[in-house]
Amino acid sequence: MASMVTNPNSDCSRRRKKKSTVKDNRTNQNQSHITRWKSEAQQQIYSSKLLQALSQVGLHAPSSSAPRGGRAVREAADRALAVAAKGRTRWSRAILTSRLKLKFRKQKRQRGSPVAAVTGSSRSKKPRFSVSKLRAKSLPAVQRKVKVLGRLVPGCRKQPFPVILEEATDYIAALEMQVRAMATLAELLSGSGATSSGSAPPSLPPSPPPPTSQ
Amino acid sequence: MSSRRSRSRQSSGSRITDDQIIDLVSKLQQLIPELRGRRSDKVSASKVLQETCNYIRNLHREVDGLSDWLSRLLASADTDSDQAAIIRNLLME
Repeated sequence: MASMVTNPNSDCSRRRKKKSTVKDNRTNQNQSHITRWKSEAQQQIYSSKLLQALSQVGLHAPSSSAPRGGRAVREAADRALAVAAKGRTRWSRAILTSRLKLKFRKQKRQRGSPVAAVTGSSRSKKPRFSVSKLRAKSLPAVQRKVKVLGRLVPGCRKQPFPVILEEATDYIAALEMQVRAMATLAELLSGSGATSSGSAPPSLPPSPPPPTSQ
Repeated sequence: MSSRRSRSRQSSGSRITDDQIIDLVSKLQQLIPELRGRRSDKVSASKVLQETCNYIRNLHREVDGLSDWLSRLLASADTDSDQAAIIRNLLME
């Protein structure tokens, strides 16, 4: 009996440590997506990609003013994040393709944000159904919130409810990793003195990461 | 084209079950630090979605702040030789 309990635990821990051993099951794949963003290997890969992108940012704008430079860094970081996702999610594909669209349509991109977000918040005080979350899907309040969520996650504006939820879970995990990696990088760069003796953060690799099988 | 709207309401294309929806919402709830400890039947789906939107907006703001910080560091590090050496080493790899 004890062996049946310990087996799934060891499987989970193995999945977390080695992101390359992804099982063939679809359900397992969903879980490994989220835990993948928490692994150190993924953060190292993202950090090196981010550094490459940042070096290009430095080349394009040698006399960069601060506000424009920040925007460029943000876009480079998002692009690196989308590449790290390996195109398996809609938001990552949307980020990568939107760069191409921006090059052709610079002015049409700035459509006004829809007003529905404002009206949605005023209606959120409907009495909560005590039954379950099943009915919640058809409540107009929930539907409005789902639409707002769909606008926050790139590439999910017209997607159905379950797709938005799935994309949002992966997007949140990826964003958390992005914040961790950028904060570590910024602290490393802002640390005074070239010789950071013992405080080398684990996220930046001394050697290029090993090639991972897809 | 108009059939797309009805399809999204009836979900006849992909047969999404209610259990799957509950599963997705509870998974989302576990990711959000504010709602992580609470029992899933005590938190409504509306609250989960609201907190998710707030959390994503917060994360976006953090990333924006960090990229401003990084851009200022990169710009200022061009003059400082020590930091430029660090950056060059990092960028080479």
